[in-house]
Amino acid sequence: MLTLEFVPYSEIENLASNERIDKLLGIVKQEKIVLMQGRLLPEEETLLIAETMAQIQKSFTGVEICTIYPEEKNLQFFNKFKKEMVKALIGHRDGITIIGPSSVVKEIRRNPNKVELFTLPQFGSTKRAAPKKRVKRAATKRTPKRRTVRRRR
Amino acid sequence: MATKKTTRRSTTKKKRAPAKKRATRKRAQAAPPKATKAKSKAKPLMVKFLRNFLRRMINSMFAKKKDIKLGIYGPPNAGKTTLANRICQDWIGERMGSVSKIPHETRAIQVKEQVTIKYDNKEMTFNIVDTPGIATKIDYEDFMGYKMKNKQAKDRAKEATKGVIEAIKWLDDVDVCLVVLDSTENPYSQVNVTIIGNLAARNIPVLVVANKTDLRKSNIRRVENAFPQYDVVGMSAHKGKNMEEFYESLFRLI
Repeated sequence: MLTLEFVPYSEIENLASNERIDKLLGIVKQEKIVLMQGRLLPEEETLLIAETMAQIQKSFTGVEICTIYPEEKNLQFFNKFKKEMVKALIGHRDGITIIGPSSVVKEIRRNPNKVELFTLPQFGSTKRAAPKKRVKRAATKRTPKRRTVRRRR
Repeated sequence: MATKKTTRRSTTKKKRAPAKKRATRKRAQAAPPKATKAKSKAKPLMVKFLRNFLRRMINSMFAKKKDIKLGIYGPPNAGKTTLANRICQDWIGERMGSVSKIPHETRAIQVKEQVTIKYDNKEMTFNIVDTPGIATKIDYEDFMGYKMKNKQAKDRAKEATKGVIEAIKWLDDVDVCLVVLDSTENPYSQVNVTIIGNLAARNIPVLVVANKTDLRKSNIRRVENAFPQYDVVGMSAHKGKNMEEFYESLFRLI
């Protein structure tokens, strides 16, 4: 079963960077995929990577992360100023961040406005699983078939 | 006579002292102290700003930049060490580190100091910082696919995680950065975006290197489209293809 957990920006708004990362990693470590409203700051993203690396074990091999947000190209000065003001007031709420454990999410492919999430076969991947290797069975003594002997009349 | 001389000297000293200080920065603006005092009061902010700006410009043009820390960042197996080796071989005739097809071959920061690069009558000295590839996941089982033993793979994974943390710490210490990407891969990966976003937030000049252009699958345009606000150079560090353009872009960046 695949679980997605939504984290609204209001939940992490008042947290410090370390606390944000701890919260997100805490959810990811429960083998859930985080859908977070908004995005982390670039410094927080590196902090997330560093923290992930520090916590890597046999059971936790890392995360897959992806952020999509509206591209702001060729904005006029006033519009740019307006956007920056909004950002300063309400934070980086635009866009969405997806963080999944690498034990569940094999790969996240991002094209500018599209995200493809490839999960591992046991979590419902549509990709065909690699053919299983034939395991040689331990040699067991075969019982000889019973031969029915017809009696000649 | 002697007294006169001394008095003259003393007066000239008094007059020249502030001018000398300035002369080291900008000789042309040296002026007698009384006049400057009178002017400085009336000097508007704009003039001050312009003077500082000109001084900075002149300094940046003529002052010798010493030992620029050139960081080489990117995802694993993009060709960072291959590029570092190529630069070092071109200018000091030495290699910097070992290269392998197995990811995370570089697992610790490597610094090569005093690499002087000459291009178009210009000369600059760099301290080249080759960093381990930045990744968000490291699984020791992936290394076992490269015919590694269990313990060997686990050790490699452990060292690789430490290397990534170290590479992130070094982000604050570099002056200029090359972000090396594999031009055959999708450039929209979050690691690339994170590295470039961080460098931009720190105001560090970035040159994006689309490596492995000698391969058929290579697509420089895709890299250019992904990072339109940065200068992108397509090259092959392995075969030394397009190195001229690379050095040109590097000097333009600084």
